[in-house]
Amino acid sequence: MDFFLDLLVGGLTKGSIYALIALGYTMVYGIIAVINFAHGEIYMISAFTALIFGSILSSVGLAGWGLLFAVIAVSALYAAMYGWTVEKIAYKPLRGSSRLAPLISAIGMSLFLQNFVLLAQTPNYLPFPALVPDVPFPAILTRHASDTQIVIILVTAASMALLTLFIKKTRMGTAMRAVSQDLEMARLSGVDTDKIISFTFITGSVLAAVGGVLIGCGMRQIDFYIGFLAGMKAFTAAVLGGIGSVPGAVIGALILGFAESFAAGYISSSYEDVVAFAFLILILIFKPDGVMGAATTHKV
Amino acid sequence: MPEKDGKDPTGAPLRRPREKGRGKKILLSILRPLKAGLWLSLVAFPLVTFKFEAETRQAHFLPERIPLLLLICFGAAVAFDGLGWLKKAFGPGKRAGGILESPPEGLNRPRLSWVNRLLKSRFFKPASGVLLIFLAVLPFISSPYGVNVYITALIYITLGLGLNIVVGVSGLLNLGYVAFYAVGAYTYAILNAQFGLSFWVCLPLGALSATLLGFILGLPLLRVSGDYLAIVTLGFGEITRLVLTNIAITNGPRGIANIPPPSLFGFDLNQSVKPFLLKLGLIHSRTDLDKVLIYLIILMAAILTVAAVHRLENSRLGRAWLALREDETACQAVGVNRAGAKLTAFTLGSTWAGLAGVVFASQISFINPQSFTFMQSVMILSIVVLGGMGSIPGVVCGAVILILLPEYLRFFADYRMLLFGLLMVVMMVFRPEGLIKSARYQHIYRAPKAGEGDPSDSASGK
Repeated sequence: MDFFLDLLVGGLTKGSIYALIALGYTMVYGIIAVINFAHGEIYMISAFTALIFGSILSSVGLAGWGLLFAVIAVSALYAAMYGWTVEKIAYKPLRGSSRLAPLISAIGMSLFLQNFVLLAQTPNYLPFPALVPDVPFPAILTRHASDTQIVIILVTAASMALLTLFIKKTRMGTAMRAVSQDLEMARLSGVDTDKIISFTFITGSVLAAVGGVLIGCGMRQIDFYIGFLAGMKAFTAAVLGGIGSVPGAVIGALILGFAESFAAGYISSSYEDVVAFAFLILILIFKPDGVMGAATTHKV
Repeated sequence: MPEKDGKDPTGAPLRRPREKGRGKKILLSILRPLKAGLWLSLVAFPLVTFKFEAETRQAHFLPERIPLLLLICFGAAVAFDGLGWLKKAFGPGKRAGGILESPPEGLNRPRLSWVNRLLKSRFFKPASGVLLIFLAVLPFISSPYGVNVYITALIYITLGLGLNIVVGVSGLLNLGYVAFYAVGAYTYAILNAQFGLSFWVCLPLGALSATLLGFILGLPLLRVSGDYLAIVTLGFGEITRLVLTNIAITNGPRGIANIPPPSLFGFDLNQSVKPFLLKLGLIHSRTDLDKVLIYLIILMAAILTVAAVHRLENSRLGRAWLALREDETACQAVGVNRAGAKLTAFTLGSTWAGLAGVVFASQISFINPQSFTFMQSVMILSIVVLGGMGSIPGVVCGAVILILLPEYLRFFADYRMLLFGLLMVVMMVFRPEGLIKSARYQHIYRAPKAGEGDPSDSASGK
């Protein structure tokens, strides 16, 4: 039972991180129907930004919660800048072109960003500092979960709540929903669609940055390749939940997190990734609309 | 790059009075790349000028990198802007055309590009004969290192042409192509290690097993299309690599070593034939005859591939593939067997990868799962994208450029993958049809449309 609970918490932590990244995929896909392959790299880049600014800010004297939130804020800012730039360079010129073009350009962008970090930083693993300070959580919580795990889950939950509020309540959120329903119609009713698309990329990148900092704290080491795998898995989660649906992405991420965690615990950890990919393929083939997605009909 | 010039909602540029604000426009066109360069440097600044050292666990400031950063960022911004200007000035009238663009002169037969005119000219046959003789003699007159590089280039030509069937001709973005390459290589390695089967037996067997795998994986792919197909194939590729890493018969991550080179009628070429040829003065003493044989085999395979792909493209099946690429639903509506076309494209594309895989295994005599990562798939894809999707001479050129260039410009070696990534983006934005346009694209007539929306986009179902 203890082992089971450990795996459950591990799965929940993993699922939270996947959810943060999956939201970026699902929001972008919902609006312009493009798989933003470079999204995983944004997450990786924000982990590196966090590493660098963590070191700089702590040498200036910041510590504890202040340091953690300052690092998250700076990483989020840079992730937003990267996300915006990527959209402007790799996707915006391709709007209205063939189906294959944005996908290939996205893969190119992802490759470019990976190798940019590899060349500018290092091809090796880097140790990530423990940014999460000690918290006196009640003992019943800390029996199966570390402080970091609890913080990851809490921060994720808070981000989700903020995002939901943002999408449901603000003017910008309403515009985003309108664009994702029908881009042309939204434009005709006076929504600046280009701005909304840029903003969607920025929102997704900020969430990925939060995920990037948290995974650094959780795994305690990062390298330039973490974005690829995490991106693939987050995409799986987004598809699993029904791509385009925000609550779906969260549910899909949690399902995937649990599946991986239990597969690693009860089968073998070397097949952890195989399980994730097999999941992805099976879903895409048999239930491409996902758990929460509306069934799409192909209009001719 | 952000564009602020006036556009009406349909995307067509608005007409403006010309005389007013011309100077301002020129100033803006100079300022725009500068602004973009400044922005890029700002974005890249922390990751470039600070380096985190694992030993000290501190980020170190590297001011000496700043000039390089500024140079690259401003250079990139200016280049990007310049490319955009070139495309506007010399490219076909409408930008939104994507891969298929209508000839500006409408219904008239468009002029073919010089490569395609060359292919149709009467000099083509004698010229290709001369080229063939040159290629056959090449390994005897170049260094062993050179032969190795040429083998690699030819392997990638074969791979590129195979992937071209899937991606270029049929429009199925296969991101797990390397899996079939791996299956070919491992088929030879395992059958040789376990049963002692020779190269010549394994060559067809490798191609066959890749074909078989392509068929089996192709069956579920019938249910997906577009982006999802790309992701599913990527998943297959990764699973194949993970399985190769984890099962016993492939010796896991350590791989299989001592894979023999092919033999010719049981002769050991370097032992028995080489002294004889040396005496005749036909070869250089450094020439490795095993490698030369591999070169000749892969040369033959590449020529065979070119011929086969060319014949396929113009066959009934090839036309079905083209229809499939343009629109899955419409191709079904006009009576093309969609499932059949998709499955054959995927299966036949895999065959060449299996063939190339066997040759690859015999060339480097040691394989492990690390040779078959996603990056390999991406590299083969960049060959097809750079060369021109659906264009045979394009893919051949793409492979030669992408394989030979880094070999001779060692300076680029570290930046290779970085440049590949950039290349894919730049190609898609500025020249989606590739270096050498497929002749077929130039004959496509598309009526100018009133509104936005691209016919090739209708497969999206959005």
